[in-house]
Amino acid sequence: MNPPSSSRNWDSLRQGHARRLARAASLDLPRQLPAEQIVSLLEAVIEPGDRVCLEGNNQKQADFLAESLASCNPAVLHDLHMLMSVLALPSHVDLFERGLARKLDFSFSGPQGNRLARLVQDRQIEIGAIHTYLELFGRYFMDLTPNVCLIAAQAADAAGNLYTGPNTEDTPAIVEATAFKGGIVIAQVNELRESLPRVDVPAGWVDFVVVAPHPNYIEPLFTRDPAQITEVQVLMAMMAIKGIYAEYGVKRLNHGIGFDTAAIELLLPTYAADLGLKGKICTHWALNPHPTLIPAIEAGFIESVHCFGSEVGMDAYTAARSDVFFTGADGSMRSNRAFSQTAGLYACDMFIGSTLQMDLAGNSSTATLGRIAGFGGAPNMGSDPHGRRHVSPAWLKAGREASGSGAIRGRKLVVQMVETFREHMAPVFVDRLDAWALQESMGAELPPIMIYGDDVSHIVTEEGIANLLLCRSPEEREQAIRGVAGFTKVGMARDKRVVENLRDRGIIRRPADLGIDPRLATRDLLAARSIKDLVRCSGGLYAPPGRFRNW
Amino acid sequence: MEKLEFKFPSQPGKISPITALCGVVGSGNLEILVRTGSDADVCEVSIKTSARGFGEIWQAVLTDFAEHNPAGGTRIFINDMGATPAVVSLRLGQALTEYLGVAQ
Repeated sequence: MNPPSSSRNWDSLRQGHARRLARAASLDLPRQLPAEQIVSLLEAVIEPGDRVCLEGNNQKQADFLAESLASCNPAVLHDLHMLMSVLALPSHVDLFERGLARKLDFSFSGPQGNRLARLVQDRQIEIGAIHTYLELFGRYFMDLTPNVCLIAAQAADAAGNLYTGPNTEDTPAIVEATAFKGGIVIAQVNELRESLPRVDVPAGWVDFVVVAPHPNYIEPLFTRDPAQITEVQVLMAMMAIKGIYAEYGVKRLNHGIGFDTAAIELLLPTYAADLGLKGKICTHWALNPHPTLIPAIEAGFIESVHCFGSEVGMDAYTAARSDVFFTGADGSMRSNRAFSQTAGLYACDMFIGSTLQMDLAGNSSTATLGRIAGFGGAPNMGSDPHGRRHVSPAWLKAGREASGSGAIRGRKLVVQMVETFREHMAPVFVDRLDAWALQESMGAELPPIMIYGDDVSHIVTEEGIANLLLCRSPEEREQAIRGVAGFTKVGMARDKRVVENLRDRGIIRRPADLGIDPRLATRDLLAARSIKDLVRCSGGLYAPPGRFRNW
Repeated sequence: MEKLEFKFPSQPGKISPITALCGVVGSGNLEILVRTGSDADVCEVSIKTSARGFGEIWQAVLTDFAEHNPAGGTRIFINDMGATPAVVSLRLGQALTEYLGVAQ
């Protein structure tokens, strides 16, 4: 009897790896190759139908490799299945328009959302799924393992070791999945150095290195100019701090991007400190190094911050605050999106963020008609992880509010903070999310909902706070949402009697119920009122990019 | 540009000798002027707004304001550049406080 394994080849992936390297060698393409030869290399080592992971998220971009791949010959390279955290650059969409790539699995498409929606309608692209970051990384180790990955690093040495520096971000997760399953790893670097400050990716995991003609692009995505924070945002921040942070004693948390959360960060050393909350809230964070965090760090409010990525202009500051940020022996910060997302999922007691639309079940979405935006990290942070087992006071209190004193599990606080109308009087609260229309136009199985209503614990608007944990029926939940929806159609259609009852029971709390006078919500409460204030507060260590300098 | 005129019953406030001015005319913001009106039980409001077609929302915001504040006996003028209801409510509160503050 023949053993069943004798007829099959058990190292086809390794052989494929060798075959690809042999093709590159036959063209005399060296391991460290000049930028002019990159297209030849890509056409030699990538095969039609390959899964290609192109590094790029809402911050760091392997933009030179993206442009190079987009200028390959579609007769040679076609039907590629692209795996990407973020579809952000024009070259990313070119891949599909030029017929190089056919299928896409991704998380977020931000600035290319309109072009992506058109490609879907013209059937020039097949979307596998829209993921949250951690979910996409997870699939790299399951059914979406890359055949080739194209990554970005700060520097390489002669041996091919890589230094990714403060913007390490997604690189470790991508390289790990590719290098250990027979894939080809190609890195673009900004410079070659004789010795690296530290080794973030060992040379043995890297097949090719190319020095890009320009440094990789990094978007200053998390910078918010305090000068643009409004009084309404200050008011909502006061309500959140007093009515949620203090109430639950939230120590470990993540903040979504935006002016609403920037306002909270800037009220910590002033308003929150005056309430005696220093050391009692906001000590540990999974967060990018937001410049608006500087005053709270300098005031000793914050003990620790682990970062998904870095932020343009913050490198010298984070290096000089190694007690707070995770830094290497060389002194520079190391970020890691996969680990920070894990911290955001399991180790945070609260996520607070904003959205564009919310329906009467509390489902929220940033999808709007004609635009496929995706999710990024929000669905991961903004969900209650049923796998969590360790206890904290905030988690326990939320769990007991939701299920009574006999609760056998806690709850993560998932807070949505929105002004009831956005600019141009677009209502945030709606009967039906645009996501449903988008589902139809995409032919998707499910609408692209960012945060599910049953994960939301609180909604903060200028009108008050709705505590959905305390609602005991879908009808109560609906009225609690209407009760903070202000003068939107949805808000004006509230049952006033029921809403007053919810207020009596503390399910809805108005500013006055929290002891907050809206007239005192002024910008004077902000610990910094301009980018220049932030620079000053950092002792000159924060170096904002040009577009944020107006002095 | 749209012009709107409203009158709301409201609890009489104190008569103040001053004219209160609050806010600025800028994108997403508004300017509110409060001075003494002719009828002690009425809050009379004139609005000039750059955003057309939101009369119903203005009426709802101002009804709520007149119900919950002693705005009787005031004459209010608003120059609006697309402020959201949240900003309008906040500014109305600030403007009335400033107006009544001097009367106390």
